[in-house]
Formats: sequence, structure tokens, C-alpha cells
Amino acid sequence: MTASNRRRETLAVSKQRRDQFEQEVTRLMDRLYGTALRLARNPDDAEDVVAETVSNAWKKLDQLENPAHMEGWLFRILHHTFVSHWRRRQCRQAQEVDIEPEESGVRFSLFEKLHQPFLLWWGAPEREFVNALLQEDIRRAIDNLPDCFRLVIVLVEIEGYSYEEVSRLLDLPLGTVRSRVSRARGLLQKALWNQGREAGLAKCCNPAAGTSSGGDV
Amino acid sequence: MTESWISCEEVVESLFEYLDRELDNHTSVEIERHLERCHDCFSRAEFERRLRERIADSGQQQAPEQLRRRIRDMLERF
Ligand SMILES: [Zn+2]
Repeated sequence: MTASNRRRETLAVSKQRRDQFEQEVTRLMDRLYGTALRLARNPDDAEDVVAETVSNAWKKLDQLENPAHMEGWLFRILHHTFVSHWRRRQCRQAQEVDIEPEESGVRFSLFEKLHQPFLLWWGAPEREFVNALLQEDIRRAIDNLPDCFRLVIVLVEIEGYSYEEVSRLLDLPLGTVRSRVSRARGLLQKALWNQGREAGLAKCCNPAAGTSSGGDV
Repeated sequence: MTESWISCEEVVESLFEYLDRELDNHTSVEIERHLERCHDCFSRAEFERRLRERIADSGQQQAPEQLRRRIRDMLERF
């Protein structure tokens, strides 16, 4: 794009929209950064992803039809920005992970590890476990997921995207998204379980729980 | 109990897709009805909801001052 084109484009963006853009970017900064960090895992890369997102968004600002949708639009640009950088690496990793044996967390359920059906409702070890997890534990568990699984967890659990949206964004068949989301959850819950046990959070539960019902490392 | 009611196994099977709002309306309503009656499945659904809230919170992290500055500079140049 030439400099004069860019200037013309900039002029086309109304003052009002420009102000709104600045406000939204500032307001959402911690979420943009947090999401970028969950995706990229590394603070320097996360900062670059956010900066590139803001720059890409600015260039497309006049394409945003409804300014009320700016928040979702910014996050979509963030994901596109991340995905376009990392796509090749992700695809390679996804293929490697897909050949892994079925036991890699596919049906792992934290609830089943922790729940004690005969306890009264106010003594719920599973609830205590989740409440006792530190934000750090959760971040570490997400960060340790292989790229392709981490990405769908961020999109579905953090951003609340539909499988259809994920499928479009990642250019994957819907069925692949469905199974990847499900495996990603299993892997994440398994990681949380292992970390929680290391931290002594699961001492309340049945000692056999850690070794029963397959899927353990 | 009528036979058309969805079973605990079916609820467990579809629970995440239910929470993701990926199911058709009819199945969602059946699961909702089941959760109103079945304490075990209700506890499971509550657990998964709570866990998801905690996971969603991890998408928020204080942006470093240098990033805020970098973005501010960028916005000024635009
Ligand atoms: Zn049930």
C-alpha cells in the first residue's frame, strides 16, 4: 500500500470510530495480552501478536460494519494474526499428536477422579479441587498442551467460539474440531489432575482414584 | 420415568457439547430436564461449568507496561 493510499484510508476513518478503537484496545489490553500469551506462551511473542493485531485491526477499521461488534472483531483478528504465523508449525504438530495412542487423555475426566457420589452435597471434593487450583496451575496446564490442542482450548473455552467458527478459522473439518476439542479437554483435565496431585490438592479423595480407570501416565 | 427420557450415560456423553451450546434445541432441552432431576449429572455439569470459568479467567493477564506504551505510541502514529 502506498503512503498516500494509507493517508486517504486513515482520513476515511471517522474521529468517533478512532476514539472508540483506542478506548476498546486500551480496555481490552489485559485480555488481548492474556489470550496472546496463552496462544504464544512466550511474553515477547505475545506482545508482538498484540501489536500486530492492533496494527492489522487499524488497517481494517473501516471494514467493521457494526462498531458495537468491535470486541469480538478484535479477538478474531488476534486469532487470525496468531494462526497465520504459526499455522505451519501447528499442522505439523497436529499430525504428530494424531498418531499418538488413544490413551493420551481422550476420555480423562477430573470429575470422575474426584467425585464421591455418597457424600452430601456440601462436601464436594471436586468443587474444592477446582477452587483450590491456582490461576498459575491453570495457565501452566494450558501452556503445556501441544499447539493444536491449546489453540482449540483457547478458542472454545476462553473465547467461547462455536465449533463452526473454529473450523472456519483453522480451516479444519467440523468433525476434526469436535474430536480435537474433546481430546484437548481430556489432556487439560489430566494435566490439572497431575499438577493438583503434586500440589497435594487431591488428598481429600479416594486413594485408588489416581490409579483406576485407565488414561493415567 | 418414561422411556423417551435421556439416560445418564447419554448426558455424560453429550455434556461438553451441551455446555458448548453445540447441540440441537431438542437435545439441549432434554439434557436440561435431566439435570433438573438427576443430582449426579447436575453435580457433574456444575463442576464442568466452574472449571470452565476458571479456565476462561486465564485468558486475562496484566499486560506489561512496555506493551501498553508500545500500543499507545502506535495509536498516536495512526
Ligand atoms: Zn443423570
